[in-house]
Amino acid sequence: MNEKNSTLLIYTLLYFGFLYVPVLFLPIFSFNDANYMSFPLAGFTTEHYEEMWSKRNLHKALWASIKVGVVASVVSTTFALFAAKAFARYTFRGEKVSYGAIMMPFLIPEIILAVAILVIWVNLGFKLGLVPVTIGHTLFCTPFAMLILIARIEGFDFSLEEASRDLGENAWGTFFRVSFPLYLPGIVAALLLSFIISFDEFILAFFLTGSDATLPMYMWGQMRFVQKLPHVLALGAVIIVFTTFIVLLAFWLRNVGQGKVKKDIAIKL
Amino acid sequence: MNNSFIEINNISKHFEDVKAVNDVSFEIKEGEFFSLLGPSGCGKTTLLRLLAGFEYPTSGNLLIDGTDITALPPDKRPTNMVFQNYAIFPHLNVEKNIQFGLRKLGLSNDEIDKRVKGVLSLVKLEGYEERFSNQLSGGQRQRVALARALVRQPKVLLLDEPLGALDKKLRDEMQLELRTLQKNIGITFVFVTHDQQEAISMSDRVAVMNDGKIQQLSEPNELYKNPENIFVSDFIGETNFLKAETKSSDGEFINVSIEGLGEFKIKNNLNIAANSSDVVCSVRPESMMIAKVKSDWDICLDAKICQTSYLGEMTRFYVEAKGIDKIITVSSQHFDNQSFENNECFISMSLEDISLLNKK
Amino acid sequence: MIGFWRKIYSKYDNVKAYTLLSPALILVILAMVVPMALMLSFSMFTQVSMMEIDYTFTFQRYIDFFQKNLLVTLLIKSIKISFLVTLITLITAYPVCYYIAFYVKKNKMLWLVLLTLPFWTSYLLRVFSWKIILGTKGVINSSLINAGILSEPLTFLMYSETAVVITLTHAWAAFALLPLYVSLEKIDFSLIEAGRDLGLSRFEVFWKITFPLSLPGVIGAILIIFIPTVGDYVTPALLGGIDGRMLSNMIQAYFGKINNIPMGAASATIMLTTVVLITIIVSNVTKRLTQRLT
Repeated sequence: MNEKNSTLLIYTLLYFGFLYVPVLFLPIFSFNDANYMSFPLAGFTTEHYEEMWSKRNLHKALWASIKVGVVASVVSTTFALFAAKAFARYTFRGEKVSYGAIMMPFLIPEIILAVAILVIWVNLGFKLGLVPVTIGHTLFCTPFAMLILIARIEGFDFSLEEASRDLGENAWGTFFRVSFPLYLPGIVAALLLSFIISFDEFILAFFLTGSDATLPMYMWGQMRFVQKLPHVLALGAVIIVFTTFIVLLAFWLRNVGQGKVKKDIAIKL
Repeated sequence: MNNSFIEINNISKHFEDVKAVNDVSFEIKEGEFFSLLGPSGCGKTTLLRLLAGFEYPTSGNLLIDGTDITALPPDKRPTNMVFQNYAIFPHLNVEKNIQFGLRKLGLSNDEIDKRVKGVLSLVKLEGYEERFSNQLSGGQRQRVALARALVRQPKVLLLDEPLGALDKKLRDEMQLELRTLQKNIGITFVFVTHDQQEAISMSDRVAVMNDGKIQQLSEPNELYKNPENIFVSDFIGETNFLKAETKSSDGEFINVSIEGLGEFKIKNNLNIAANSSDVVCSVRPESMMIAKVKSDWDICLDAKICQTSYLGEMTRFYVEAKGIDKIITVSSQHFDNQSFENNECFISMSLEDISLLNKK
Repeated sequence: MIGFWRKIYSKYDNVKAYTLLSPALILVILAMVVPMALMLSFSMFTQVSMMEIDYTFTFQRYIDFFQKNLLVTLLIKSIKISFLVTLITLITAYPVCYYIAFYVKKNKMLWLVLLTLPFWTSYLLRVFSWKIILGTKGVINSSLINAGILSEPLTFLMYSETAVVITLTHAWAAFALLPLYVSLEKIDFSLIEAGRDLGLSRFEVFWKITFPLSLPGVIGAILIIFIPTVGDYVTPALLGGIDGRMLSNMIQAYFGKINNIPMGAASATIMLTTVVLITIIVSNVTKRLTQRLT
């Protein structure tokens, strides 16, 4: 179709506006020299950013979020890699049921997962804290990571693995010399995106952290006080920039590899 | 040289309820260029993958050079494979691809270098060491795949339709080259293809497969001249089938009544039962003669041309012959459709070109 | 012995596949299935006092739920809000995906990445930015008052159902955009040309060819938006006020302030069951409707 459709184009651009503009208000007001977020802007200041350096609880929450995020993303990406391989590679009995089961945490309202984990955790006599949050995040990130990895592995030519076996490598050698290097961009993308999901996750953390706040929990706590809002804005702006950077990196990685594979297939045909 | 080198004993492979390979037994000799030929889904690729170790048989066993390899994983077998899509590792260059399989052999660095150089010159890829898969043409990839497999000096080289992805001209060239290569290095080749011409022109022996079974195993010219059943006759070359009925038999010869042609006494090579209507006669288009006048051949029929197609080196005629209620195909290198008035013609055949086959 | 196991292992794809799946499946079983089963059994107990639970089985919590007007109202309101959000998200996202799938030629991936990028920024922050926009002293009100168009702030913007619906529509956009785009992108453009060639108008081509073929995406989007939004907690808590409160806020209260775990568990179970049932019905009806259309 070579014709243009300017009505649709304008609509699409407006939609982009709808998606982006609200998020952009955070950084704008984070430099505003006032406690209220209203126009006209009062004046430029970086004071809200400087304030972040001195907040002990903020640093603690940041560290907690990083710990939870790293463990959850590494574990869920590992589990997801195995699972993605199984789905992309084999046809087996109960495939659909297993797929549904692993995707389930992604579909079920998060509050239900949170409440269910809360009930069992407390009844087992454990203390709430970062451990149950990490478990919840791992559960929640696995389907995400799996979707990313399946997309990666599905385009994968499994005869490469067979070729490696045929050329005398055993299963482990094949994994490290052939599969892993070729999956790598997908794996890194899955790691980064899972980390971001965990880093930003709120509901599971809300029910399960107890007294060890993660970063979103910290922000939630601050949001109640009007005088602390500007500092939440600054923190939010930093998080948005950080997240955007990581996500763009992940997408770029995913596409770099994917493009190569596609070109490969194109040449083959 | 002539003892059986690969033994395939009662091999079956079932996928759920599909019998991909169904109780197959045969032997392949050392140094032979052996082809597995058949339509897609006939089980030829499964059989090759069973030899390579990517599949394990449901029952039966496999021997190479006297060793039972049935339960060995692919990396422990004395075979190497050239894959249909070549499976060149995209993250490694040509040299690294070829070295890939040498690491586990415990060779010295000098030996590795020597082997890689040798095999590169064998497949005429010197100077391409640094290239990656996406910088190579189809033909070059095929050579890399070949080099990568041969550098391990396997006892058996397995080839899974390696020429299928190439265009026709390149394919013809590679056929010749592969054949020469195989003669020079003397390794046993097991070659899978669905292209009958390819199998016939390259192989020492061919096994025609269908429905998971071997239909016929013989030298290429035998397949064409003496097909053992209706499938082989149809699959190799082109043919006309005529309805027939056997009458009395005296062992070597049998009386057959053929639709529209009458009753004849012909050789009974396949020991076909007497007084059966479960048989069919096959005559190749190119063994018949089409002419303007009657001939003195064993059989000569009045016929009318319905359609012709000009193929360059020959012309194909589709004719209606008296007493036969189907269109018969005849090929001729001497005539074209201009030669006949009112499309009237005579077609002739001799008895020795008619083969009698069982319907099943 | 090792040879025997290796043979078994290599012989059966089922064994290989489940070996690979086992970590993920065990995680799902231990961290989701078992806890949810436990939650289900807790919904049949009784909270006697702050610390004490009576473990005799009873369906009383479910009866309580349906006898409490507030809970039933909240359930219905949750469903209504989610339904609206799903519908609005789908309708607004569809043309965008249509445009990218059929009109954008170069750098499609870039467009798509840009569309989904806001989704990756913290959910909490996105909800919070809507608070900035819709608040009584927020962007909209302060601008309008400054421009002299209004003298009093618009109060219906904040702490209302409207606020919740707008925010959720923004928050879940990516989940409509991706499946819709994927299903539209898959459509072979020659089918649309064939439709035009066979004498259908643009409008007819859309309803008889494009839309039915994009249905998997539509149903996918319904699934992944409707179910989670019913259980959303943050948006109503931050922006809903009393008017925009949803069932999940009540569930939270049962596990928190009110401390009636059986009642909370029963409410959660009812929420999940209702949502799953409705989703099944909605996707079936959508399928039927389209069949009738074509």
